Formats: sequence, C-alpha cells, structure tokens
Amino acid sequence: MGQMREVLAKCLEEMMRKDPKVVLIDSDLASANGTLKLRKLFPERVLDVGIAEQNMASVAAGMASYGLRPYITSFAPFATRRLCDQMAISIAYAKQNVKIIGTDPGITAELNGGTHMGIEDIGVVRSIPGMTIFEPSDSVQLAAALPVIDSYVGPVYMRFNRRELADFHGKDYQFDLFRADVLREGTDVTVAACGLLVGPVLKLAEKLYAEEGISVEVLDVHTIKPIDEATLLASTAKTGCCVTVENHNVVGGLHSAVLEALAKKPVPCTKIGILDRSGEVGKLPYLREAMKMTDEDIVLAIKEALALKK
Amino acid sequence: MDLLKISKDIRIDLLRSIGSVGSGHIGGCLSIVEVLTLLYFKYMRIDPSTPKMEGRDRFVLSKGHAGPALYATLANRGYFEKDMLLTLNKGGTKLPSHCDMNKTPGVDMTAGSLGQGFSCAVGIAKASKIVGDGARVYAIVGDGESQEGQIWEAAMWAAGQKLDNLIAFTDNNKMQIDGYTDEISPVSPLADKWRAFGWHVLEVADGNSLDEVDAAISEALTLQGKPVMIVLETVKGKGVAMAEAKGVGSHSFAMSPEEIEAAIEEIRRS
Repeated sequence: MGQMREVLAKCLEEMMRKDPKVVLIDSDLASANGTLKLRKLFPERVLDVGIAEQNMASVAAGMASYGLRPYITSFAPFATRRLCDQMAISIAYAKQNVKIIGTDPGITAELNGGTHMGIEDIGVVRSIPGMTIFEPSDSVQLAAALPVIDSYVGPVYMRFNRRELADFHGKDYQFDLFRADVLREGTDVTVAACGLLVGPVLKLAEKLYAEEGISVEVLDVHTIKPIDEATLLASTAKTGCCVTVENHNVVGGLHSAVLEALAKKPVPCTKIGILDRSGEVGKLPYLREAMKMTDEDIVLAIKEALALKK
Repeated sequence: MDLLKISKDIRIDLLRSIGSVGSGHIGGCLSIVEVLTLLYFKYMRIDPSTPKMEGRDRFVLSKGHAGPALYATLANRGYFEKDMLLTLNKGGTKLPSHCDMNKTPGVDMTAGSLGQGFSCAVGIAKASKIVGDGARVYAIVGDGESQEGQIWEAAMWAAGQKLDNLIAFTDNNKMQIDGYTDEISPVSPLADKWRAFGWHVLEVADGNSLDEVDAAISEALTLQGKPVMIVLETVKGKGVAMAEAKGVGSHSFAMSPEEIEAAIEEIRRS
C-alpha cells in the first residue's frame, strides 16, 4: 500500500530542495493533504492562503509570472469547480506554469460526502484550453510522474486520493506524461481506465483470462488531457471494443474523452463510472456498490462490450 | 518632465485608439489617466527597451477593461509605436480590449475577469519578497470590481503577509455598468473597509489631480509593514465633457469620428 499524500510530500520536498523556485500554496487543507510538515523545512516558500481557493489560484499565477513554480492544493472539487474561472483566466489563458493538486476526487471523498465529491472536475478542466490532466493509479506512478510534471512547462491538474492505494507498478517503472501505459496486452477487449480502479481492473483482467479465456487489454490512461489517441486507436483496432473505467461522472470525464478519441474509428464502448448522479457519504465499498462501480459491474461492462461487437 | 502634457497626450491617444474601433470603455479609461501618468513617467523602475527586465517594478491593471488607457500610456512611454494604438480590438491585434501579458509589450499581467488581477498582483508582490529583488508592485482596482469577493480574499492575505511592496489604487468613480455602485451593492466606505482589512489607507479627494495623486504615492512609498491602498475619488469620463455628462452611460459607448476630434480639441484647450 502506498500512502499517496506521503509520496506527494516527499516528492515536493525533493523538488523544493533542488530548486528555490518551487513554491507550495495550501488552502487550509495542508494537514489533510500531508503537506503541513513542509512548512518547517521551507517557511518562506510553503504558504497557506486560508479558505480562499480563488485567491490561491490567482496568487499562484502572479508568482508564476515572476518565474516561480507554484503548486496549489485543495480537495478536488475546490481545486477545480471553486476556482474554475481563475484556472481558465489567471492560469490557462495567461499561460502561467501553475500545478494544481486536487485530492480525494470522486468516491474517494468517502465520509466528506456529496459536497466534497468532485465528480465533474475532469469535465470542467478538460474544456479549458491549455490544461493537462493527470490521474495516477498508484503511488509508484505518482512518484515517477511528479518530477516529469515539474519539468513540463504549462499548467497541469492532478487528481488522486490522499490515502492509500494498492501499488502494482514495479520499481523500474518509466513514466511518459503523454503516453498511456499498456499494462496488459490482450486481443478481445480494451479497458481504458484511470486512477483508483486501474489496479482492480488489472486483477480482473488476469482472472477473466484464467477462468473464462477472455483476453483483456488494459490501458492506464493516466493523462486524460491531452489523451493518447494513438495508443487508444491501436488497441481498439486490435480488440474491436472498449470499456472505460473512471472515478468521475461518465459525462465529461474519461468516457467522453475516449469516445472523442475513437470517433475517427468508432468501436462499441461501454462504461463504468459515476452515472451522472450526485455523490453521497459512505466508505469506498459502499460507494462502489451505490455507483455501480464494483468488480462485478466492471465484468458485466466488459461482457456487454464483447457482446456489442458481435 | 511635463506630466500635465503627458496626461493630455495619453487621453488624446486613448480616444484615438477607441475611436478607431468606434466604441469602447471610455469612462473608466479616462478616470485613471493621472495615476498611470505618474506611475509610468515618475515612479516605476522600468525600461521600455527591455519590457521583461528582471527586478523591474510591476503594474497590474486589475480593471482590465481599461486596457486602452494602459496601452496609450505604454505607447507614450516608448514600449511600442503609437500607430499600434489604432489596431485596438482588430483581428490579430496585440492590443485586445482587456489586458493580455502574452500579447502586449509592457503589460505585466493578464486581467479582465474582475477580481483576479488584484490577486495576481498580491502573488507578484509575494514572489518579489521571496526572490528578494526589492521590486515594487502597483495595481489599480475598480470600485465596481470591489464587489468581487476575490478582492477581499486577496486583501486579507496581503495584509497577513505584510506586503509593504504593494501599492494599490481604487478608481472610485462611483459608477458601474448597471448604475451607481453604492445603489447596486454598496462598496462604501472603501477607506474604512481597507483599514479594517489591515492595510495602510490614503485618501485622495481629487484622484484626477496630478499633484494630489503624486503626493499620495510619494507618501505611500514611505509606509512600511503593510500594503497600501490609495482610494482615488475620480470622475468617470474625466476630461471629456460628453463622457462626463453620460454618467453611468459612460462605461462603454460609441463616439463618432467628429465627436472624437471635438473631444481631442477639448483636451488640448483644457
């Protein structure tokens, strides 16, 4: 199990040690996001704007215009919905190199419930020109990605749960921000997933092959924008059908992004995600069931996609 | 340096610029000409031949719709040729209605979605403190813009960070698009509000008087420990009788070539 917020804090600490231009701005969620301890190490560069996310976004843009490299943090809905206009104008339109971290997206908000459940953040950010969106599937990938994202010049939104996520990437994992990872090759069906459910999908793919002979190709679409069209099209050209799996509203999120990418050469595509409904409180197992995102639901979606191609 | 003549030239040039399109945000451009003149011709440490010079003083026009006033100031200061002012708002121009730092030489920050530019200015002031280059940051906020919650988020934080390298101005022309600011949603009393938010506050009774604004900036530069807000009591449409007479209607309106020429003549004679 990798604690995502610990990896985040460790990576930020390394980046801040290496480069005095890196600045971290929290908005009263530093304790929740694991970044509080950095204040003692870099008191001049680890700041807190209080509960004022819009100010945080524009302050960061101003700092970026000065040549600094600010990271801003909040929970996913407040790092996107709440500061949408500031992201669109101060950051993206003004072309400022600000990195935005939104934690506990979708059902990982758990007991904070519907008000804190960012289910539309990808949709919001995806429609803003110039934004890149990244969602890691485990802490190994997050650790590999952060230095790459830090050296990429341009605004990036990152969404991931702050607590544990089962690690499945090996230590030698190489990260490419703009290439989806083919985690498992297969010939019958493509599953394009991101974030929380990539690990479970990978296990299911192995089980389906062992028990039923269904060959599932698993893609980790860690970068939802710009989406890796080439890898997606190559995979579906081989398999002829697709399932998207995401911890986000199926409207505007990965499902939408994949359909847009496949529109040139459409194949049947089914979906797992939040089915255009609001969030609610509960622990992950309950929420996966309530949102029809269980392992069983994923298997059904895979079989539905297979049936559609016949 | 004849600042009065420069301020007249800026007024004339911004009218020519807006006149080349036929209409624009005339009222709120004319109300801030004196402060722009003083900043760019007396106070700011800048080099028009190196617009992005490191450690330079910065200026953010948070009421970004007054872009044409800033463009006329920058052209007079030598950032670009005055001919460029006649490209305002034309397709492919470097001078869009609202300020764009990626298009216009000398523009330090993009602004136009109200409330954001001021927050950016606070970020710039904090960045200068982190870098330790001793730069000053200036910003102009509209009184109508002060209805945006983000202004007050930024005000609180700037005071908390003791950003005494930040001098902001409120262009208190008391009008917004839909009516008088204090009738729509009262921003008064501005000076008391800024004091309560932990800022040094200076009040200028005639914000269109070069001498009065000059004295205020000069005093602001001596103040320490807190950011400074200078509340300028200004006249929307200042210096052009037709614009002043329009009152609330002066925010954005059309002027014919003849009206532009008459207004220029009026400024020359004043």
